[in-house]
Amino acid sequence: MSSVSAGADPGAVTAVEVTEAPTTGSPAAAPRKRLADREGALAWIFLMPSVAYIIVLVGVPFALAIGFAFSDVTAGDPSFDWVGLRNFRRAFDDPVFWQSLTNTVIFTGVSMVLIVLLGKVLANILIANFRGKWLVRFVVLLPWTTPVALSSIAWLWMLDSIFSPIDWVLREVGLLGEQGALLGSGSNMYWLGKPGLAMASVIAVHVWRITPLAAVIMMAGLVAIPRDMEEAAQVDGAGYWRRMVEITIPLVLPVAAVAALFGVVFTFTDFAVVDVLTRGGPNNSTQVLTSWAFFRGIEGGDIGQGAATALFIFPILLAAAIAILRAVRRMDVR
Amino acid sequence: MSAVVTVRDLVKTFDHGKVRAIDGVDLATEQGEYLVLLGPSGCGKTTLLRTIAGLERPTTGQVWINGFDVTGLPPRARRIAMVFQSYALYPHKTVHANIVFPLRAARMARPDREQKVRWAAELLGIIPLLGRKPRQLSGGERQRVALARALVREPAVFLLDEPLSNLDAQLRATARDELKRFQQEIGTTTIYVTHDQAEAMGLGDRIAVLSAGQVRQVGHPVEVYDDPADTFVARFIGSPPMNLVARDGVLVGFRPEHLLPADAVPAGDRVRLKLAVDRMEYLSGDRHLYGRVSGLGPETRVVARLPATVTSPITAGEAYDFVVLRDRLRFFDARTERRTDPVPL
Repeated sequence: MSSVSAGADPGAVTAVEVTEAPTTGSPAAAPRKRLADREGALAWIFLMPSVAYIIVLVGVPFALAIGFAFSDVTAGDPSFDWVGLRNFRRAFDDPVFWQSLTNTVIFTGVSMVLIVLLGKVLANILIANFRGKWLVRFVVLLPWTTPVALSSIAWLWMLDSIFSPIDWVLREVGLLGEQGALLGSGSNMYWLGKPGLAMASVIAVHVWRITPLAAVIMMAGLVAIPRDMEEAAQVDGAGYWRRMVEITIPLVLPVAAVAALFGVVFTFTDFAVVDVLTRGGPNNSTQVLTSWAFFRGIEGGDIGQGAATALFIFPILLAAAIAILRAVRRMDVR
Repeated sequence: MSAVVTVRDLVKTFDHGKVRAIDGVDLATEQGEYLVLLGPSGCGKTTLLRTIAGLERPTTGQVWINGFDVTGLPPRARRIAMVFQSYALYPHKTVHANIVFPLRAARMARPDREQKVRWAAELLGIIPLLGRKPRQLSGGERQRVALARALVREPAVFLLDEPLSNLDAQLRATARDELKRFQQEIGTTTIYVTHDQAEAMGLGDRIAVLSAGQVRQVGHPVEVYDDPADTFVARFIGSPPMNLVARDGVLVGFRPEHLLPADAVPAGDRVRLKLAVDRMEYLSGDRHLYGRVSGLGPETRVVARLPATVTSPITAGEAYDFVVLRDRLRFFDARTERRTDPVPL
């Protein structure tokens, strides 16, 4: 047997000789570890920029905010004097603070629900296969890619008290401006001028802006569901809604929770939309914690007060994030 | 009408007709039959199964199930059940919820469906698993749950897409045996897709051999093995495959186990050959001889498989007198590669 293999395949013999031929490298070049081989050192080198970034631009301001919240620093008198919990006590005594907190919770809660629901619907559109889908995808993502200041100003014009195109459309279709019209006989809605409408407008603009992000997150979740799962449900005789409710949504739930978390964080900390559209008005009806902290601390110059108000966001957000992430962990779907 | 599933002139193209996954297939299953679709990867067997299931829409042609044209109908209107290669168990549902899902989708009353689940779970021996989640199950258990989920609907036909390919080799043999006994007990028509010829031979009442989107041969395992319709089937089935030697416009085929030392076949209408053995393998009692055969046509590499009962001494590097019984020879047209009439040798 062995004689046959050697005789039948002379190439194999040569191959063996060749592998033995090369001598080992010159003895002077001892094997050594280079920097690129040292994973511990590399880890530090690669992490340093982000660590520095977080310390300088997140850690320091956060520590400063905590410090200011317990001080009497104002724009006019920057000297630091410890005042204990006085800033917090004053904030709690202020009805506007409580209104801001309530508004923030409403703003966040309603926005989050709408963002997740509309995000899911948009995600279904994003993964669907149809002619001209690139155009739809482009348009869907546009609100998220537009700078918030620009898009908010655009909405400010859309919701203008006199020249609002929305009002014009409503008038043209007969819902507004006539005797007995559904939305009243006045010529305008005054979107940002009435408390309830102002809040609804702020929520609508914010939802319009964040939904594309939620949709993209949710799309990733939908794409990750094995196609077999959907097909098995089809073969098992389930219709569209049963598949959606019993298969797709449970499987996408962890990702939807992440989208909700982003929605909560971005809404709770949002300042631009409120500032541009209403500046908290009318009569503080759209005042949220961030805008209130800004008006007290920066515009009002009472930095201690502003810091104490802003700091209030932190524990609430932390609790919400922990609750959502825990819920995700309990949803062991895979 | 005895045929449970019939497909007619089925064509399925992808990428705007550039890829013909199914290229004109006509096939019919009989009541209670176990039909295996066998072919190499990419031959269209899974696409054919998915088209029968309604997961793919045929480009042209029809699918009939139980005497109804279901070509345009969605999967749920077809009275089929399918077991996927991955089993596709719903990971967030318990085994019980997985099995009951098709019944709930069919709006069956609760007592009836509980009884059904019980019956299916008992049949497959998975009663103790009903409360578990799929990720707590082994591969074999998952397969049984997938079968139970398919079974509860009492479908007209089972469609199985390589259900054994995710099991390890040891489990596969027992699972194959279980599958066959299960199907015989239920008596439901089954279409089974595989690329494994041992599975096909062991399970199938009939085998449909597919290649490049076309059915090359449909027949009983013995037929497909002994009388291949063309050289593709001859080469695809059998391990090692059929030997083919060119001669005067035909290819002469013979199975490795029919090429035997002359002294082992003393009688019969023998065709004499010379085999120059250059390599020998000893596999589960059989000797596989690799070498060149002459005396039939141009020298050709062939394989001979000597069963353990043939004890003629053979050494690699030597040439020996070998014979094939004349009635074991198969002839193929060298140009069309289809079976032709025997030619005198």
